Amino acid sequence: MADISLGHYLTLGAIIFSIGVAGIFLNRKNIIVILMSVELILLAVNINLVSFSIFLNDLTGQIFTLFILTVAAAEAAIGLAIIVVYYRNTSNIDVEDIHSLKG
Amino acid sequence: MDKLNIIYPEIFISLSIMFLLLLGVFKNNSSNLVISLSVVALIGTLILIFGYPINTNLEIFNGSYKIDYMSSYMKILTILSGIFVLLTSLKFLKIFKILNIEYPILILCSILGMMVMISSNDLIVFYIGLELQSLALYVLAAFNRDEIKSSEAGLKYFVLSALSSGLLLYGCSLIYGFSGTTNFDEISYLMNNDQYGLTFGIVFIIVGLAFKISAVPFHMWAPDVYEGSPTSVTLFFAVAPKVAALTVIIRFLYVPFINVIDQWQLIIIFLSIASMIFGSIAAIGQKNLKRLIAYSSIGHMGYALAGLCVGTNLGIQSSIIYISIYLVMNFGFFSCLFMLKRNDKYFENIEDLSGLAKNHPLISLSLMIILFSLAGIPPLAGFFAKLYIFKAVLHQSMYYLAIIGLLTTVIAAYYYLRIIKIMYFDLEKEKYDKDYNLGLKFTLTVSTILILFYFVYPSKLINIISQINII
Repeated sequence: MADISLGHYLTLGAIIFSIGVAGIFLNRKNIIVILMSVELILLAVNINLVSFSIFLNDLTGQIFTLFILTVAAAEAAIGLAIIVVYYRNTSNIDVEDIHSLKG
Repeated sequence: MDKLNIIYPEIFISLSIMFLLLLGVFKNNSSNLVISLSVVALIGTLILIFGYPINTNLEIFNGSYKIDYMSSYMKILTILSGIFVLLTSLKFLKIFKILNIEYPILILCSILGMMVMISSNDLIVFYIGLELQSLALYVLAAFNRDEIKSSEAGLKYFVLSALSSGLLLYGCSLIYGFSGTTNFDEISYLMNNDQYGLTFGIVFIIVGLAFKISAVPFHMWAPDVYEGSPTSVTLFFAVAPKVAALTVIIRFLYVPFINVIDQWQLIIIFLSIASMIFGSIAAIGQKNLKRLIAYSSIGHMGYALAGLCVGTNLGIQSSIIYISIYLVMNFGFFSCLFMLKRNDKYFENIEDLSGLAKNHPLISLSLMIILFSLAGIPPLAGFFAKLYIFKAVLHQSMYYLAIIGLLTTVIAAYYYLRIIKIMYFDLEKEKYDKDYNLGLKFTLTVSTILILFYFVYPSKLINIISQINII
């Protein structure tokens, strides 16, 4: 069986990161999908940090990951709260219909 | 054992946040009390910062948190802007019925986050500070939650800002991976030119930070969020996060990555030129004053970045002077905006200013001074701010940057002068209410006097700032 090297982990991280970024820009339907994409980006960063931490034999990366997990939870909570507030005002969370501010 | 006494300001402000939160929950109708107490807490924090000798260079927590002259100066700026935001916005909040206890507490939280950001000397600390201020700002943008515009502003700010934090974090992970440490000082020892991973990391982090100061091409959130959020929050958005993000850019570029200046200099020059051009051209067709000030702040950030891309202490100092004067001008402008109130309704379009000079000569006089200063007309403070930037840029023989800066100043002068023309020569409208509260009058007077008489003692500010030596 071939060894899994640091490069493989980094490629996985980069792919998930790209899926997350593409998900934000290509998504035309629902804001919840954007929330999921943001979460994907943060998870890609976590994969990067943990694999670096293991291959560098240094704990800092894993500590950083714990911080990111905590912040991601807080961010998702606030994001959902803002979406709920928005939904109460417009009864709609389609991305295409968010255009009361423009110019 | 680390000496905790150098972070007493941060400890004090976090304890006051918890105390005020408890007070607000257990005591009914305490929003006025909480606002006054948070102003007191901010003043106490200021005193604590001054209580310790400012001209120090101390590190705490294994070098991950740094207290030096620049961090103290920027913290003072941030706290002052917090105080003035709370002082000016009291009446506004009452009329919009959003005078809740959460408002001052969220502002205190984001100021705490900015203080952590400003002092950070480590990627983890920097990230935590950034998120603390962003999370508070998301909620503040959507604070007038029963209004579509405000909630939409919060939503847009949340999505774009979360994306930018993601990009920034990816950059952090690359820098950690290719240098093996998260401490800025240690990264600078390990830097050398042929590590492409680090270059990618720098680019990602610059993108994330450019987002926070709304530099072109990462500006698209700014006009919408400025227009949608309540005006008092817009004022906070226009001043405090920019100070903090600019400090982080300075520390991040000039501590770990000063040896590879050739790799990031071009990016900052591009951001600066694009912001200056876009900020001056896009503002021309605007009708809403808040939107206009958003584009104008994009342009001003372009000038501040121009000072940062030269790679000298002089450039950094000129940027810091620029941001300080920009802060004062914004406070003056927004205080005038808070005074455009008639029958409990606030006006924020340019045509609402028409003929203001006939009914309200004092307000229009100070607004004229502020707008002239924003346009950079001598002898007002805004002129000197631009002068220092151009001096620093020319010192390094970057002539094209100075020429583009001058040209965009001329273009930007058009829309500032148009407002003055509307104010002085167009038909007058109904009178606005004159029941300003003391904080509002105080802010407008102080900022106008500072702008008008800056040229008498320019050496005062320069003496303070010339002690900031990063390189």
